[in-house]
Amino acid sequence: MIDLSNVSKTFTLHNQGSAVIEVLSDVSLTVASGECVALTGASGAGKSTLMRMIYGNYCAQSGAIRVGRVDLVQSEPREIIRLRREVLGYVSQFLRVVPRVPTLDVVAEPLRAVGVGSDEARTRAKELLTQLNIPERLWSLSPTTFSGGEQQRVNIARGFAHPYPAMLLDEPTASLDAANREVVLSLIEAAKARGAAIIGIFHDEAARARVCDREIDVSRFTPGMSSSSEAVGHCNESAA
Amino acid sequence: MTPSSEYNFAYLDEQTKRMIRRAILKGLAIPGYQVPFASREMPMPYGWGTGGVQVSAAVLTPDDRFKVIDQGADDTTNAVSIRTFFERTAGVAITTATTEATVIQTRHRIPEVPLTEGQILVYQVPIPEPLRFLEPRESETRKMHSLEEYGLMHVKLYEDISRHGHIATSYAYPVTVEARYVMDPSPIPKFDNPKLGDCPAIQLFGAGREQRIYALPPYTQVVSLDFEDHPFEASKADHPCGLCGAEDSYLDEVIVDDAGGRMFVCSDTDYCEGRQAAGHRGKDAA
Amino acid sequence: MTPLLSVQGITKRYGAHIGCADVSFDLYPGEVMGIVGESGSGKSTLLNCMAGHLRPDAGSVVFDTRGHGPRDTVTMSEPERRMLGRTDWAFVHQHARDGLRMGVSAGGNVGERLMAVGARHYGDIRDKAVDWLERVEIDASRVDDRPTTFSGGMQQRLQIARNLVTGPRLVFMDEPTGGLDVSVQARLLDLLRGLVRDMGLSAIIVTHDLAVVRLLADRLMVMKDGHVVENGLTDQVLDDPQHAYTQLLVSSVLQV
Repeated sequence: MIDLSNVSKTFTLHNQGSAVIEVLSDVSLTVASGECVALTGASGAGKSTLMRMIYGNYCAQSGAIRVGRVDLVQSEPREIIRLRREVLGYVSQFLRVVPRVPTLDVVAEPLRAVGVGSDEARTRAKELLTQLNIPERLWSLSPTTFSGGEQQRVNIARGFAHPYPAMLLDEPTASLDAANREVVLSLIEAAKARGAAIIGIFHDEAARARVCDREIDVSRFTPGMSSSSEAVGHCNESAA
Repeated sequence: MTPSSEYNFAYLDEQTKRMIRRAILKGLAIPGYQVPFASREMPMPYGWGTGGVQVSAAVLTPDDRFKVIDQGADDTTNAVSIRTFFERTAGVAITTATTEATVIQTRHRIPEVPLTEGQILVYQVPIPEPLRFLEPRESETRKMHSLEEYGLMHVKLYEDISRHGHIATSYAYPVTVEARYVMDPSPIPKFDNPKLGDCPAIQLFGAGREQRIYALPPYTQVVSLDFEDHPFEASKADHPCGLCGAEDSYLDEVIVDDAGGRMFVCSDTDYCEGRQAAGHRGKDAA
Repeated sequence: MTPLLSVQGITKRYGAHIGCADVSFDLYPGEVMGIVGESGSGKSTLLNCMAGHLRPDAGSVVFDTRGHGPRDTVTMSEPERRMLGRTDWAFVHQHARDGLRMGVSAGGNVGERLMAVGARHYGDIRDKAVDWLERVEIDASRVDDRPTTFSGGMQQRLQIARNLVTGPRLVFMDEPTGGLDVSVQARLLDLLRGLVRDMGLSAIIVTHDLAVVRLLADRLMVMKDGHVVENGLTDQVLDDPQHAYTQLLVSSVLQV
């Protein structure tokens, strides 16, 4: 379901002496449907960077990143957007929403985006919020005012609203208490059971051991720092 | 009265009259289209009918019989002074009888007696642009005319209904000419609008300050704008004339005493006098 | 799939000065594209060239019309282009008073486009106007009030209702949230997002506010000195900018 081959990533800091930072090189990995794979490695190894590349948030300098039939390295924005809407879910560590939109609608939105009716989407959102112990009195409020843990749970509810065939989870259990951690792990297990291919970053070793089938140490793709100022491949830069 | 030798015939010089006639001919060729012309200074202030006077000056011939009405009346200041002006500068015959006149200059009315072939009705127009109410840019209104973008006219009528429950525009009611140009018929009451269409006479419109001439050749199709659920109605005060008893003419309301007493009389004085002479009497007739 | 709008080599010069140069892109149905850049970068010139307000010196703006398929709107006749402007296209101005008739009631403002395309039934026009006022969260009781009595945010929502009433397929927006309070902006953004989703609208949004494009736009084009320096998925361009100028632009935003 998720297939990376020979992917590399560099950052070129044009405004800081054109420093080129090589972050990842020659990444190849495969995650099958129903499988959950953990990305491991020390802080700075590039776990989050890799995950963002799979989501299309960072662009790769070379290689191929296939999710389903779409290669994110080659695709047009609209193809990536469609992939994100229908196939590829992402639970980031941060909740990014339009201010003043009620929590219920924030959670229901991924379903509305794939054409689910308003009532049905809200019903599903209510189930998830109940499951994740977000008190009903908060549903009509915007999550921007919530505590970190509450925001994280809203983010998870939103991420699990639509049954994506592929999911990326960035620290889904961080800052959760035991009860909510248990809910999230069971959501992940349920997603696996229905056949989702999942890549996750878990600092919580017990959680990792419980839901992950394999671990991939990202450090092995991480070259040493370099300050070479050679030109690098362009992603979307116009030949201006 | 003999024409004063101090003036060229009908006051304007021949070049100016030719220029105005060209504008009139163009207007007749494109019914409802506003033709720009180089309006001249006239010996009267703007707003007193300088556009109409210039058009009259350009169409009058020594054989014409000239009538001027102001709000339907032959005997108001404006009507009298314009009539006298052409009597003196052109030496034309004058009349108050609609049927006898060959050229009629009017402000705010169309005579009640149906006009006939060979007659010319000249309107004094204050604001020729019907779109001006909502679109102040001349460049834009011209484009709207040329591209037939007239949705805005209905916005004006929409506003009327939303505010008053019905189309409250009672004069200068916009019309579509030959299914093409939207035209301001000058501030005639909407009661007169049906007389604009299919009229045997030539109708010419002159706006002096705005420097525009437009025209309706005889038997032109003229349709008043409206909504399907708020159709156009040529309304008038629901009374007979107090003097002649006419029920089909446009009426002025006249306050007759300090106690709120009032009477309704024909605004067309020639029509009213004609009926009275024929023996018709209203309830207020002496 | 046919692009809804295909822009090829749009160039506009003001004498020796370049407004925008050789801009090309395809916009597909349902896509929302942001154009960002600082003042004078050519983004408004480009928008006005695309929307038919300015005639480009070179290039084509091909729109997939309902009746006749893809047509170059630069070379089509002016009546056709203006008809598009009243039907399939909408233009939301930064200042609501540029896009509204301030002397006409809210209902008349919304109804104008309907009347412009031939609606002649007062009751139907008014019903539609009321429906649209409610959709943009303006109380139906305000239908006969003039926009001069509305707040800035309400005026902007009225402008949006007025534009969307004929069911356009492409909306051009020039700094739609500029000049509004931050809290009013948020409500407007949410409204726009919902309308874009529910009506399947495509939109091109010119703004200098990166937060606005992040929330509204699927994809982003970055302009500098009349040229497009970078384009791509909105979050990718903002989070992993490739061009020096984009990196500068993104790093210059104050973090709240």
